[in-house]
Formats: sequence, structure tokens, C-alpha cells
Amino acid sequence: MELDSIYTELISEHSRSTEHKHHLECPNMSLKGRNPSCGDEITLELQVEDGYIKDASFVGIGCAISQASTSIMIDLIKGESVAKARHLANLFLRMIKREELTEDEEEELDEAFALKNISNMPARVKCAVLSWHTLEEAFKEAEGIQ
Amino acid sequence: MNNTVKFKADFPLLGKPMGNNPLVYLDNGATTQKPLEVIKAITEYYDSFNANPHRGAYELSIKATDIYENARIKTQKFINAKYSHEIIFTKNATESLNLVAYSYGLSHVGAGDEVLIAISEHHSNLVPWQYVCQMKGATLKYIYLEEDHNLSQRDIEEKITEKTKVVAVAQVSNVLGLINPVKEIVARAHEEGAVVVVDGSQSVPHMAVDVQDMDADFFVFSGHKMLSPMGIGVLYGKEKLLNDMPPFLMGGDMIDYVEEQHTDYAPLPAKFEAGTQNVGGAAGLSAAIDYLNRVGFEYIEKQEKELTEYAISRMKEMDYIELYGCDSSRDNKTGIVTFNVKDVHPHDVSTIMDAHGVAIRAGHHCAQPLMIYLKQNATCRASFYFYNSKEDVDKFIEALSKVRGVLGLGA
Ligand SMILES: Cc1ncc(COP(=O)(O)O)c(C=O)c1O
Repeated sequence: MELDSIYTELISEHSRSTEHKHHLECPNMSLKGRNPSCGDEITLELQVEDGYIKDASFVGIGCAISQASTSIMIDLIKGESVAKARHLANLFLRMIKREELTEDEEEELDEAFALKNISNMPARVKCAVLSWHTLEEAFKEAEGIQ
Repeated sequence: MNNTVKFKADFPLLGKPMGNNPLVYLDNGATTQKPLEVIKAITEYYDSFNANPHRGAYELSIKATDIYENARIKTQKFINAKYSHEIIFTKNATESLNLVAYSYGLSHVGAGDEVLIAISEHHSNLVPWQYVCQMKGATLKYIYLEEDHNLSQRDIEEKITEKTKVVAVAQVSNVLGLINPVKEIVARAHEEGAVVVVDGSQSVPHMAVDVQDMDADFFVFSGHKMLSPMGIGVLYGKEKLLNDMPPFLMGGDMIDYVEEQHTDYAPLPAKFEAGTQNVGGAAGLSAAIDYLNRVGFEYIEKQEKELTEYAISRMKEMDYIELYGCDSSRDNKTGIVTFNVKDVHPHDVSTIMDAHGVAIRAGHHCAQPLMIYLKQNATCRASFYFYNSKEDVDKFIEALSKVRGVLGLGA
């Protein structure tokens, strides 16, 4: 395994970034995601209005990969529609499951595409998908309530 | 040839590369590698002696029975039990602990009673007692730690009372790696009439154990952490206690007579060994005990102590390493070194070390209450065995020194 294909500069930078790591002032959605076996634990906070993600942030502890993946995800979904965010989550999870994506789809994932190599590391897949799963769950839960 | 080179040559897996690097295996607390001799004993059982023991009057079945029962006698001598029928074979330490919790715990712990365990227990010696206490309306109490991570002497003295029915402690914690004063705990518990369950998972592979001298009421361990295959474990219990306990699993082999509405259970040890047992595993365990006796615990303890002291001294030179259980004032450290790298999550440490061929453990080590107590989300653990060498420690230190750099942090 080549370490520099996993801990790329982009990923280490995102893993150290605190830009999105804080509480929101008035989140209307919040969901905890945990990987009990690693001890990764994040809480995702969203402010959703009229079907758009006005603001998003997270707090929690985890490895570089889970933290970077979360930071990248928030970059991507902030300002997007809920439908778009769910579509991206679906693409991301498909990529990690090593399903074939079209070039356009890869492009849509933008920086998140840098996490593709994690799909070769079974022990770390859970870290990469934690935030995306949590995002999906948050929307599913919200759907259930409505 | 020096000793570790000689021992390593006995372990086929230790000679295999991991990716582009030679394997440096430092996760012996999780499971040890197996010497060829043990692998051969298992193979030999299956290619020459396989039959269901205790069930056939033909030669093969008799031979299989011999292999199984000889393993029991060997285990008895290994931990110095009084009788071989005090040795019950199980799947692992976890099953042994569950057997004690279900059979002894549920029938001897009542409402208002207390069970006392250490905060450093492995989940396998914690969750079953939580269950017993919940089912019975009893209270689960904890021995906490001193500054230097040894068990609190004050808690040992004050928390064992006439209400205490069971004290369950590891002889060595799988995270802190410190030898606990089990003999003293047993003596104190017996004054109050409590029984003591000692989890020997991390002690038996590394030091000579004498259950009679310790006076433990129950003592458990797993074969796979001491060179044996996975799937064979041991429960030792004092004859009188085991005789008075209800069976745990029921069915074939654990009975004398079965009528429509009544069953007479078989005497020990069969009473606690329902169903077809892991004879191949017992053959492996037997070979492992022979191997360990030949190496000798004097050597094992000395080698592990040297490696551990060397590793800790090198790690203390790195100011970004935080150590746990490595500053005991009691000369009771074993080959388990738990640590964190500042600003780096243990899983990243382990992935980066893995890229250098160094296998360590990262996570909560099945000891979440201890992690919470230590205020750590997770930790890394390197654990040595007698076949590890000083060069292994050097490679470990070298890999460790690269971790922060890979993540773009300063050294
Ligand atoms: C102290 C301790 N107790 C219990 C266990 C459980 O062992 P097993 O998983 O083999 O049942 C372990 C090992 O994981 C351990 O280190």
C-alpha cells in the first residue's frame, strides 16, 4: 500500500482544517454518526431551508480520513439542494463500494474523488463513509418525521 | 544464532513479508502467531486421529479421547490446578467468563448484592457482570486506578465488603499491561466470603501461573494468545464450586441419564462440556504448552521485559508520544505498551505503521469504560512476545517517528 495515495496533501489539509468544525447557531437538523470499532464520532449539523442546505458544520473526533471526508463533504453540499446532496452521497458511497462511475459523476464528486483509494483499504472504508452515511440518515430521518 | 532468530524460524508467518516489508508483528495481545509444531499437531490430529471422543468404542475414538484428555492434564499442570477435572475446555476466555457469570453469577448473586470489577477490565469480564447485576438487582462496582494506573489500593481494601459476592479482575490488563495484585485481592475477598474470578488472558502466555498459590476460585484464558489455535479456551474452577453450579450449556456429552422429565448430569468436567468439543484445538494447545515449557517462562519474562523497557525508553525520547500504564512504581510491567501520538488518531497511526510492515493495534481494545476513564477516544497498543527482537522495536520506533510527518504535522 502506498501511503501517499491515501494521505495526500489534500486529505491531510482537510483533516487539519477547522473551517467547518464548529456548532451552527441555529441548526434544524443534527445527527450523530459513530464507528464504535474505531472510536470515530461526529455530529453533523445542518440548517435546511426550502429544500436547500443553507449552512452545515460538524463536531467530533476521528481519524484523519473521517475528518477529511467530513470536511470535504460539507464543502460540497453547502448551498446545494437536499436532492443534490443526497445524489452526491449516493455517488460517494458507490465509489467507495468500487462501483464504476462515469467521468461526469467523478467530476461531480470534485475533491471527494480524492478519497477513491480508500476503497482499497477495507479497514478504513468505514472512516471514509461515516459522514456520508450520517448525512443520508439525517435526511431519511427528516423524511420520516414529515 | 541468537535466541530470537532461532524462535522466529519456528513461526512460518513471521518469515512472510507484509507488502514490501518484512513483518514486524507487535499485536501479540490480540493473538500470537503459531509455531510449526502447533500447526503440525493440529494437522496430525485431523489426518491421523480424527474421531468423536468419548463416543466410540473403536480405536480411533479412543485415540481422539486420549489426545483430548491428555491436553486437559497438560493444562492442569501448566497452571498447577489440583485436579484435571477442574479444567473445563471452552471456545475462549470470553466463553469461560460467560460460563461463570451465567452459571455461578445468576445463581449466587441476589438483589442488593454487589459484584466488584476493575475499570480496566476487558468487555468480556465486564458485560457479563453488568448483565448478572441487571438481572438480579445487584450493583456493579468498580476498582479505579492510582495515579500510576495501578489498581487503587484503597478501592481494593474498601470496596470488598460483606455485600460483595463476586470479584472479577484481570491478572494483567490488556491495555495497561500491569500485573495486578490478584493474590492479595483473593485473600481480601475470601475474608468477606466472595469468590474471585481471575482473567488470565494476558498473564498465562507470559508468566508462570499457579492457581492454587493464587487461590483463585475461577481462572480463565484463551489458547490463541499463547501460540494455540483459535477456538480453544480454558476455565479453571475449584472442584467444589463447579460441582455446586448448574450446567451452562446442555445437551449431548454432559449427561449420565436422560429420562422424559429428568436428567442426571455427568460429573466434572463433562458437565460443562456439552456437545462435540474442539479436539484439534486441544491437540494444538497441548503442543503449545510443550513449546512454551521448552522456551521457559524465565526466558520469556526476561526477553519481554528487555524489549518493553527498551521500547518505553525510546518512546520517552519522543515528546509527542503519550504513554499509559508505563510509569508504574511497582516493577510489574509486562510487554504491553499503550500510547498515543499527539494530534494523530490511533487508526491513522496504525495505517501508517502498517505501511512499514509494523502491525500494532488501534482502537478501544474492548475496554471502553477504561478509555472513558483515561479520557481517550482510542489508543494504540504495541504488545511483545518472546519471539520479538530488539530490531523489531527499532523498526517500530522508526515507523512511529514517521507518523506525524505523513500527516503534514511537525515532528
Ligand atoms: C484481558 C482479556 N480478557 C479477555 C479477552 C477475550 O479473549 P477472547 O476474545 O479470546 O475470548 C482478551 C482478549 O481479547 C483479553 O485481553
